[in-house]
Amino acid sequence: MTVKTSNRQSLLRKFGQSEISVLLVALIVLSVVTYLLKPVFLSQRNIMNTLRQISLSAICGFGLTLIILAGEIDLSVGSQQAVAGIVSVLVLNSTKSVLLAILAALLAGVVVGAINGLIVTKLKINSLIATLGTMAIWRGASMVYTQAVSIQSSVDAFQQLATGFIGPIPNAVVMAVVIFAAIYFLLNYTTFGRYIYVIGGNQDAARFAGLPVARVKMAVYIIGSVLTMFAGVLLASRMASAQPTAGTGLEMIVIASIILGGVSLSGGIGSIVGATIGMVILGVLQNALTLMDVSSFWQDISRGVVIILAVALDVLRKERVAKSLISDQKLAREEVK
Amino acid sequence: MSQDYILSVKNICKYFPGVRALNCVDFDLVRGEVHALVGENGAGKSTLIKILSGVYTCDEGTCFIDGKNIEVLSSTGHINKDVGVIYQELNSAGYLTVAENVLFGKMPVRHGIVQWKEVYRQAAEYLDMVGLRISPKTKVQNLSIAQKQLIEIAKAISMDAKVIIMDEPTSALSPTEISSLFKVIRRLKSEGVSIIYISHKLDEVLEISDRVTILRDGCVVGTAGAGELDKEQLITMMVGREMKELFPVCHRDVHDRVLEVRGLSSDKVTDVTFHVNRGEIVGFSGLMGAGRTEMTNALYGIDKRAAGEILVGGVPLPPDSPQAAKRMGIGLVTENRKEQGIFASLSVKQNISVAALAQYAKSGVISRKREGSDVENIVREMSIKTPSLQQTINKLSGGNQQKALLARWLIDRNLKVLIVDEPTRGIDVAAKSEIYRILSRLAGEGLAIVMISSEMTEILGMCDRIYVMKDGRITGEFHKDAADERMLLEKAIS
Repeated sequence: MTVKTSNRQSLLRKFGQSEISVLLVALIVLSVVTYLLKPVFLSQRNIMNTLRQISLSAICGFGLTLIILAGEIDLSVGSQQAVAGIVSVLVLNSTKSVLLAILAALLAGVVVGAINGLIVTKLKINSLIATLGTMAIWRGASMVYTQAVSIQSSVDAFQQLATGFIGPIPNAVVMAVVIFAAIYFLLNYTTFGRYIYVIGGNQDAARFAGLPVARVKMAVYIIGSVLTMFAGVLLASRMASAQPTAGTGLEMIVIASIILGGVSLSGGIGSIVGATIGMVILGVLQNALTLMDVSSFWQDISRGVVIILAVALDVLRKERVAKSLISDQKLAREEVK
Repeated sequence: MSQDYILSVKNICKYFPGVRALNCVDFDLVRGEVHALVGENGAGKSTLIKILSGVYTCDEGTCFIDGKNIEVLSSTGHINKDVGVIYQELNSAGYLTVAENVLFGKMPVRHGIVQWKEVYRQAAEYLDMVGLRISPKTKVQNLSIAQKQLIEIAKAISMDAKVIIMDEPTSALSPTEISSLFKVIRRLKSEGVSIIYISHKLDEVLEISDRVTILRDGCVVGTAGAGELDKEQLITMMVGREMKELFPVCHRDVHDRVLEVRGLSSDKVTDVTFHVNRGEIVGFSGLMGAGRTEMTNALYGIDKRAAGEILVGGVPLPPDSPQAAKRMGIGLVTENRKEQGIFASLSVKQNISVAALAQYAKSGVISRKREGSDVENIVREMSIKTPSLQQTINKLSGGNQQKALLARWLIDRNLKVLIVDEPTRGIDVAAKSEIYRILSRLAGEGLAIVMISSEMTEILGMCDRIYVMKDGRITGEFHKDAADERMLLEKAIS
């Protein structure tokens, strides 16, 4: 009997300690409170709208999660979305083909990601600085090219891409789910996924273990940019135009949600499931604030608070790890005695 | 006894996860005495130093320095100022001047402005005390290791340290530099400074110290006047058994060259030529900073290869690619377990399978079943003690982490050459002898092993052939039966 209770206790404790359960509880509390204040929150229309909104940033966030897990960062994702919109709408308007428009943007993603990857792996520039640079470059280039004016799409089918539905579910949500599944598989079942964790965990040790450090980093930057560009196309599709200001500030929102989801900024620790829940929480929060008629400026402030809370959570987590090490130490001491 | 004790330690114990680093240690230091501390790596010397200097707090016991209980001090986070430690790896700030280093944290200041004239005058005084005749304005990075060491000593004196701890001060010094260091030590002694002297070089220990305390496995084996001891006695007390028992006896068949290195040069090593045969353990001896680790880094492709040729089983190894080195069957266990070895946040299983992961994957998808069963087997085979394979590796003891790092390469079916750099650094004696047994079994099974070690007993006990390095070059080659400690040391210094 006693054994059983202690088992149950340890299971409970395990659940309490697992990041994901904490996040899920936070998400449920947030949803219930929002529902009680604004019952419209749980209407089908609002749910689908919110999910579509979340999907757009999540598709970009999946790629960024890989980059952060590998111990790097990409601040240029927001600017990349502007480039994605411009490339896709330009190709769309000249070829009238939605498929070609998407492919052109994805190809641009390969190029843009490779540039980030090369700067980080070959020039050995700290990725924070490197992508701060490319962030400014892509944004500036978008402004220069468009003269800060948006480019309208001339093909109606393009808009269907992001705003259409499959049954009751928005296209964008379906795409996000498919991409999530692919990334989940990649991280958990492939050598590439394992290498991402390993390199993010200890890059030096990875080099000494003969692992392809530079190649993996190149790959995560390219995957990250391709996904970001795809999300950028969806954004352009939803607005039926390419905006040179598209994606401004996106990097901060996405990075904050990923950290909130338990991914360590220093790399090597975290899961795609956690990161996704983090993105859902931030999306729901935004929706809740909008429903409550909180101005977008106040939303910015609340987002800032959440970012700081997320990082504080990260610090607390590390302290807990340190504490558990100490208690192990005490156990070891008793054993020795 | 009416002795004037400057430092007195009673019953100190210190625990780390899985290891009892110090077990009821008593130690004392008379004012103006040189007290040597000897013991093998992992005997607890550095743990004791760190407790005395306030880096660690002890779990049990008391420690009085100059009548003050330092446990009270260190638990508030202050580094103990009465104790100056001159560490093996010198931590002078290289881009600063000699004067700034010597008066570190004690600059003469008026109204918040540094009085530079005064700085140089005071610094010159301290330099004179340690017999160093250089300008206080010299940049420290331009000095030799011996000079840097004296700077550290001057720094300790300037901070009014009552106790100076020297950790392997002579490991990188030439004989003339050693004798001038000894002059400084004797002078400090006559001025009432007490010194704890840590060294592996037993002749020096017997020459310079008044008393010697021998540590083994975290316990004090004995304390005696230096005049009452000889070298053989010391060794027996340190090792606790005859040397023969520690190292497994085996007769190995040595045949065909597996690794051939010709004229290897990099930034830090010059013209290194050697070979290793199947079933052979080849040792690399030398002083700290002799270029042995740098040699392996150039070999393995971590550092850029400037010249030279490396053949693995007769096939040339492309330069500057650790991946290629691994693919051709070279494995490297680094001396720096924490920074360059383990993945602290990952499980024991993931740590072991990481280098050979490709052999469990088909078009990039890992077969977790095959990975798991292989890891399970090797963990059992090498008796790595871990609660489960999912345990994160940083909770294992140092010895078990080291065994896991060996397992990381042994699990690779393609392994031909294993390079181990200081394989027993910082692990306890039991794990040490286990690692010796594993290495000689592997050699018996035909693996070629390169072993770098600063412990001469280890090199002499384990290796079939020994190369000695100095300043990035090979200065000698010996067969096991034709080498002794003195010969190795001679080649390492001269």
